[in-house]
Amino acid sequence: MKNPIGNLNKVFDSRIRMGVMSILLMNEEVSFNDLKQLLELTDGNLASHLINLEENAFIKVHKGFIGRKTNTTYSITKSGEKAFKDHLEGLENIIRGVNKS
Amino acid sequence: MAAQGNTQSSAEQSLETLQDIKRIMERSSRFISLSGLSGVSAGICALVGAYFAHSMIYRYQHYAGTESLSPEMFSAEGRNVFEWHMIGLAIAVLVAALLTSTLFTWRKASKNQLPIWDHASKKLAINMAIPLAAGGVFVIGLLDHGGWNYVAPACLVFYGLALVNASKYTLTDIRYLGLLEIALGCFCMYFPHEGLYFWTGGFGILHIIYGLIMWWKYERK
Repeated sequence: MKNPIGNLNKVFDSRIRMGVMSILLMNEEVSFNDLKQLLELTDGNLASHLINLEENAFIKVHKGFIGRKTNTTYSITKSGEKAFKDHLEGLENIIRGVNKS
Repeated sequence: MAAQGNTQSSAEQSLETLQDIKRIMERSSRFISLSGLSGVSAGICALVGAYFAHSMIYRYQHYAGTESLSPEMFSAEGRNVFEWHMIGLAIAVLVAALLTSTLFTWRKASKNQLPIWDHASKKLAINMAIPLAAGGVFVIGLLDHGGWNYVAPACLVFYGLALVNASKYTLTDIRYLGLLEIALGCFCMYFPHEGLYFWTGGFGILHIIYGLIMWWKYERK
């Protein structure tokens, strides 16, 4: 029998990384500050998770300016979208598996 | 037994995670704090404004001694006092409607401890503003070319388009309110002298009915 948890992606175990992916799946481009506000996090905490997602090539970073202030925005990559959707499917399968038995 | 308990809890966990994801997705893409009472208050402002406009038009007609409002009455050089009064009244109604509706939505947001100015409400504001700004410029153009008769239908159609556009970023119900406003505006094109009644119906009565439905659906305890 296949291990149902095998389909889950370790990267999305963290609620924060999962939250970031959920937001980026629904919105084309979201700024650092909006992510911070939506997930109710501190700067440092959010930044480390974003670096992790970026290293996995699940998100893209765009550095820009509004006037003199830096405005960093994030968007989801194709592979990020696929990985997160597979992860969601994995979660769904676990629930389905229980309902069947 | 133990294995059974294990899958049970991992399923529960998965369900919880999925619900979390759904909540975050919704919160990040839709502004859900829009209050039904905002619609009601905007509708009341519109009704009060329409009442004043009606009595102003009535007085003006008697003063001018004519039976009906013909476009020629307004096409004198520049704008006359009556026209400025109507424009002032329209701006006052707009400001009052915006202020009261923002107040009720702000109240709902703070009750649910949600920010009123966040990613979702910014997107809502921008997408609503695009058709509204186009409509505003269009209506100013109508006034400049003596097209007073078509101000009410233009307001209704552009406002309806703004609602349809905005419905992607807030409660989906306002899509149908938008469609009703558009239909009313199109219909009004063929009754140019009854513009004020259509305007009152669209901005006053429809807002109040819709606001009450939304309040009943989402906020009633």
